[in-house]
Amino acid sequence: MNEAAKNDSKNLLGFWIYIMTDCVLFASLFATFAVLRNNTFGGPTGAELFSLPFVLVETMLLLTSSFTCGLGLLAARQKEKTQVLGWFAVTFVLGLSFLTMELTEFNHLVNEGHSWTANGFLSSFFTLVGTHGLHITIGLLWMIVMMLQVAKRGLGRHTVRRLTLLSLFWHFLDIVWIFIFTIVYLTGAIQL
Amino acid sequence: MNLFANIFGRLTPEAFQHDMVVMGGVIGMTVSGIVIIGLLTYFKRWKWLYREWLTSVDPKKIGVMYIVVALVMLLRGLSDAAMMRAQQALNTHGFLNSDHFQQIFSAHGTIMIFFVAMGLMFGLINLIVPLQIGARDVAFPFMNATSFWLFAAGAMLINTSLAIGEFSAAGWLAYPPLSELSFSPGVGIDYWIWGLQIAGIGSLLSGINFTTTILKMRAAGMTLMKMPLFVWSVLNSMILVIFAFPILTATLGMLSLDRLLGMHFFTSEMGGNPMMYVNLIWAWGHPEVYILILPAFGVFSEVVATFSRKRLFGYTSMVVALAAITFLSFTVWLHHFFTMGAGANVNAFFGVMTMIIAVPTGVKIFNWLATMYRGRIVLATPMLWFLGFIVTFTIGGVAGVLMAVPAIDFQVHNSLFLVAHFHTMIVGGVVFGYFAGLNYWFPKIFGFKLNERLGRYAFWCWFVGFLLAFVPLYILGLMGATRRLDHYDPSLGWQGLFIVAAVGIAVILAGVGFQILQLFFSVKDRKKNLDATGDPWNGRTLEWAVSSPPPFYNFASLPEVRDRDAFWDMKKHKKDFPDVKYESIRLPKNTPLPLIIASLVFAVGFAIVWYIWWLAIIAGLSALICLIYRLNNDETEYSIPAAKIAKLEQEHTA
Repeated sequence: MNEAAKNDSKNLLGFWIYIMTDCVLFASLFATFAVLRNNTFGGPTGAELFSLPFVLVETMLLLTSSFTCGLGLLAARQKEKTQVLGWFAVTFVLGLSFLTMELTEFNHLVNEGHSWTANGFLSSFFTLVGTHGLHITIGLLWMIVMMLQVAKRGLGRHTVRRLTLLSLFWHFLDIVWIFIFTIVYLTGAIQL
Repeated sequence: MNLFANIFGRLTPEAFQHDMVVMGGVIGMTVSGIVIIGLLTYFKRWKWLYREWLTSVDPKKIGVMYIVVALVMLLRGLSDAAMMRAQQALNTHGFLNSDHFQQIFSAHGTIMIFFVAMGLMFGLINLIVPLQIGARDVAFPFMNATSFWLFAAGAMLINTSLAIGEFSAAGWLAYPPLSELSFSPGVGIDYWIWGLQIAGIGSLLSGINFTTTILKMRAAGMTLMKMPLFVWSVLNSMILVIFAFPILTATLGMLSLDRLLGMHFFTSEMGGNPMMYVNLIWAWGHPEVYILILPAFGVFSEVVATFSRKRLFGYTSMVVALAAITFLSFTVWLHHFFTMGAGANVNAFFGVMTMIIAVPTGVKIFNWLATMYRGRIVLATPMLWFLGFIVTFTIGGVAGVLMAVPAIDFQVHNSLFLVAHFHTMIVGGVVFGYFAGLNYWFPKIFGFKLNERLGRYAFWCWFVGFLLAFVPLYILGLMGATRRLDHYDPSLGWQGLFIVAAVGIAVILAGVGFQILQLFFSVKDRKKNLDATGDPWNGRTLEWAVSSPPPFYNFASLPEVRDRDAFWDMKKHKKDFPDVKYESIRLPKNTPLPLIIASLVFAVGFAIVWYIWWLAIIAGLSALICLIYRLNNDETEYSIPAAKIAKLEQEHTA
């Protein structure tokens, strides 16, 4: 292995380990949610608050963005600069729409009087989903920086490496969302 | 008034008013700060400090800085301990008031674990791991420097609380609901949260960094089972960091959200669950004690082999024991709160797991003893610390297994018996281990040995003082004395034992005095103790193969490893480094960014503690811009030409 390949494999392993630590962070938040999900203190439960069709659209947006992100990375490997910019732009728009929908949902809940201060269940809901949203925001910011980098410098070794890490990050957020969708929304919708 | 609050948040002039004892500390800190600034200016060392240290990404320099911060914090933690013992020995109300006493024991625990033990650990890891695996650097040098500066920023935030405002009075783990806003409305808990959060993220980054370093950057031929045991212990400890520290980040985050945004994670109302905090914090906290002790085990494994002139006994079983401890350390956290009332079956499970974890630890003790058996033992200072450790650690371990029985734990829960137990493990295990490591590796880092005689005095003071300070606490605990008492009824008859404990800490302080003298005289007489060979102890592992101090690139040509004791093998076969053609070496450039980022993060922490929102936003965005700047920088390395290396090496051997 030459120096460059060695460096890339180091970076990749390091980033994977970072993702695992983030996984543990989310695991703590999921565990907290699982403990507090019925602590509504007399307020409405998840089944009464969540709109599943709305969340399904969110989910589809994010899943599609993961797919376009993958296409973007493929294009980067083939050094197709315009395609890279195009696919990542699509990914960005999808991610931004997801985030907008999430914030709309939050805004709606708060306006109805179900904010994070209402009870333990809502605290853990807003924190778990919000932490995912924060990650998405960071991902979007990173995407802007990378698109500018690609536009300005083309697809050099460092840039492609960073795009690889960005797409790993994006797919990871997708997987976390699948768990949120299942555990928070789907399981929450079951009336016991 | 409103404008004032917008600019300064809840920071008011009252934050600067303190009682005599705190004022003394503040004045002491300010004066030493001014003296240091004065000396740097007088000797015109600012540029040197900036170029050689503050902007350095060399793990050897970062390691030294870690240790300097840790030793400074050790002095603060020790003075806290001395004040507590004085209060209890005198048993009068006048010396420290209750609130101040609570802040002191909270600060003592927080500082000793996060900023002394962790600092010494990461210091030694930075100094030694790259050398022992035959690497020139760590996997992510920039991130490594950032980790250090975040650690330093956390330490600064904790120290700032002494001068501006107050510190947490809720114990070192700040259990809710006491640590919630309704019961602790002041800034103390917030200082605690953000000091730990910032330092904790630094530790997490270090965990990622060193795991990658060890897995990816070992010298040719060094398979996993040929790694020195210190490296194995660090790998296991860093794996624990990876799994445990995110839990701390999440938990502190949730407590902070409770306090800042009025959430109800751990409140005792509105559906909050305080016991969940206790579970979460110990799911991090128990692995944390193993994070600290495993590298100390690693140090002892190196020390005992070197000073017994023997190969370490039972290498494979040592590795298996480390891995077993790593795994089991995640299955015992509930033993910190058997009294929670989880039920007999749950308590029995965690009690049994706790007893089981003593087995691999016992394996290690016996392996070390077997290494000494028929060895040619040299009683150098590091070896003394090792022998002292065997005694204290065994006492503490037996007490630990005793407390693993839930029925007994109900009797001694939150008593001084428990306090004595974990101090036996942390002082007699972790601190002795890192002192052994500092004495052992000091000549490698600085090029001269520490004074052995003063080192021996320091050890004996620490050892005797330790027993005097903590054996009475075991007895007091069994007599019913609970922890964190600022006074007690004299008719209980405890005062005599508390006085013995106070004498003990005085003896420990004498030990610290000898350590300071040891450092002073060793530096003064360094010409006499120069280590010209690079191998002052007749060592066995790769760090002794390079000169002392090592060149900034560590190895001119990367070594090839054929044996577990790689350097011993080279010496035996008279094969030092063969004549090689030097190649150019690429190393990372120095950069001020880690220091800048950590300073900004410090500002964010301070701003949140005092609700100064504009500052938090500006500093946070600036830190983000620094990161983006770094993300766009492709030229982070420079090359040293082969000819220059050949010249440097020649100068050195000549």
